[in-house]
Amino acid sequence: MALAFRAYEYWLLGYRRRWRGSVVSSLLNPVLYLTALGVGLGKLVNKGSHPLGVSYVAYVAPAMLAALGMQIAAFESAWPVMAAIRWTRVYHAMLATQLRVRDILAGQLLYVLTRVGIASGIYLVVLSAFGALKSPWAILAWPTTILIGLAFGAPIAALGAAAKKDSAFSAVFRFVITPLFLFSGTFFPVTRLPVGLRLVAYATPLWHGVDLCRRLTLGDVSLGICLVHVAYLAAFAAVGVWLALRSYTKALVS
Amino acid sequence: MSAEAPLIHARGLVKTFGGLTAVDAIDFDVQKGEAFGFLGPNGAGKSSTMRMIGCVSPVTAGTLSILGLDPGRDGPAIRSRLGVVPQLDTLDNELTVRENVIIYGRYFGLSRRELRVRADELLEFVQLTERANDPVEPLSGGMKRRLTIARSLVNEPDVLLLDEPTTGLDPQARHVVWDRLFRLKQRGVTLVLTTHYMDEAEQLCDRLVIMDHGKIAEEGSPLELIRRLSSREVVELRFAGEAPEIEADAFGGQVSRVEVLPDRILLYTDDGDALVPVAHERLGPDSVLVRRSTLEDVFLRLTGRTLVD
Repeated sequence: MALAFRAYEYWLLGYRRRWRGSVVSSLLNPVLYLTALGVGLGKLVNKGSHPLGVSYVAYVAPAMLAALGMQIAAFESAWPVMAAIRWTRVYHAMLATQLRVRDILAGQLLYVLTRVGIASGIYLVVLSAFGALKSPWAILAWPTTILIGLAFGAPIAALGAAAKKDSAFSAVFRFVITPLFLFSGTFFPVTRLPVGLRLVAYATPLWHGVDLCRRLTLGDVSLGICLVHVAYLAAFAAVGVWLALRSYTKALVS
Repeated sequence: MSAEAPLIHARGLVKTFGGLTAVDAIDFDVQKGEAFGFLGPNGAGKSSTMRMIGCVSPVTAGTLSILGLDPGRDGPAIRSRLGVVPQLDTLDNELTVRENVIIYGRYFGLSRRELRVRADELLEFVQLTERANDPVEPLSGGMKRRLTIARSLVNEPDVLLLDEPTTGLDPQARHVVWDRLFRLKQRGVTLVLTTHYMDEAEQLCDRLVIMDHGKIAEEGSPLELIRRLSSREVVELRFAGEAPEIEADAFGGQVSRVEVLPDRILLYTDDGDALVPVAHERLGPDSVLVRRSTLEDVFLRLTGRTLVD
């Protein structure tokens, strides 16, 4: 693990140049979204029969948090990984030292999780300012988001190492990330979906992340369900790491 | 030859990619302190051999031992004692010149304090002190190559691997790189390099192997190879049109071999000056040049074609 931190240090060095911009957008995005969804759309939703039991902003906020973990991890594991293999060839430089493929991967994922951790930490603070955190359990939504980041970051890093062209990523964002963002119980309960689609939603890691974050911020914590969610996300992350290690090895050692 | 065990030892070394045999059962030894070259055209198997020595490409068959260790088992331990100058730059263009050296040293686990000192020394050595705090992006190809060399020395390696160190550089930049490598050689750093430039091999290598189609065609010092496989001097005859056909026999015993190229004829001889008037009379070339035999002539002899292909 000590070796992984050496690879991690490289990514932090680059982030030192970019952190200001990234922190500002991490702060602005949730404020804009929550204002639009809470003050705008939420007014309309809350006027109805109020089927959600809570204000719309409190309903949608934890889902946005979970989706944020997915999106940041996906971005940071897609192009940067491809670049490090094919364009800047930074991984090749690392592999000429005593770092091993697994250290290079671990360093990359640590950095991805750091980015998720910073952005979701800021998001949680904003949520609390909007009064969207209803329970002290909400603090656990933070590590949950980081776990969501690993569940998405690892398999996408596997793709980033294997893909020949970056057009693969637009397909993933268009056909996986965006639909998940819209249909994983983020903006409305998945029970509104037709049965077939609902089963698909239950199988996606984002739904598990959204439901877990929502239970934590709303204080609706049932241990069994929460553990199932954590286990599902962890299994997804583990398979992702395994795939990424295989794909990194194939790309770097030949 | 030194009595010590060689730093790099290969016997029957093979590398295949699917059905393609890139390296076909080669044997070589690199001794401590020598500059050893792999010379050959593109696709001869030089880079594949270098990647195996660099422990980033598993050996398909045969024996390879580096610093007495097995690359398959001890890759990270070996790599911690190697310096690598890859064919394609792996510098970070957004970081500064100095940061590139420092972060690379961090991969080796060196302390920041130590690296601050070492980075200054190394940048001084490759004459980049004035650019230390500039980003890498706008540097010339020669400067980037020198930075890569500085970076590869950060762990004070026992062996420096250079894969085509001056390919793509202009003549002046090449000479600066050669000068730095020559100084390293004087300090006793073991150099292993690949090149397809004859002059580079002659300048830098104590000993070299000529590779072609994955095999080693010849081995020796540049001078030995020239003596054994060429003549002392070469008379180059240039013609405006097509060069005439001619055989070595036409010159009695004066010419040991003739090489007819599209635009010129090479006459291999031990006394160029004595041959010039004869050649003028017989062939009427547009221009005549007497030069010393080079590795290029050796390569022509071995493969019947020039290295540039």
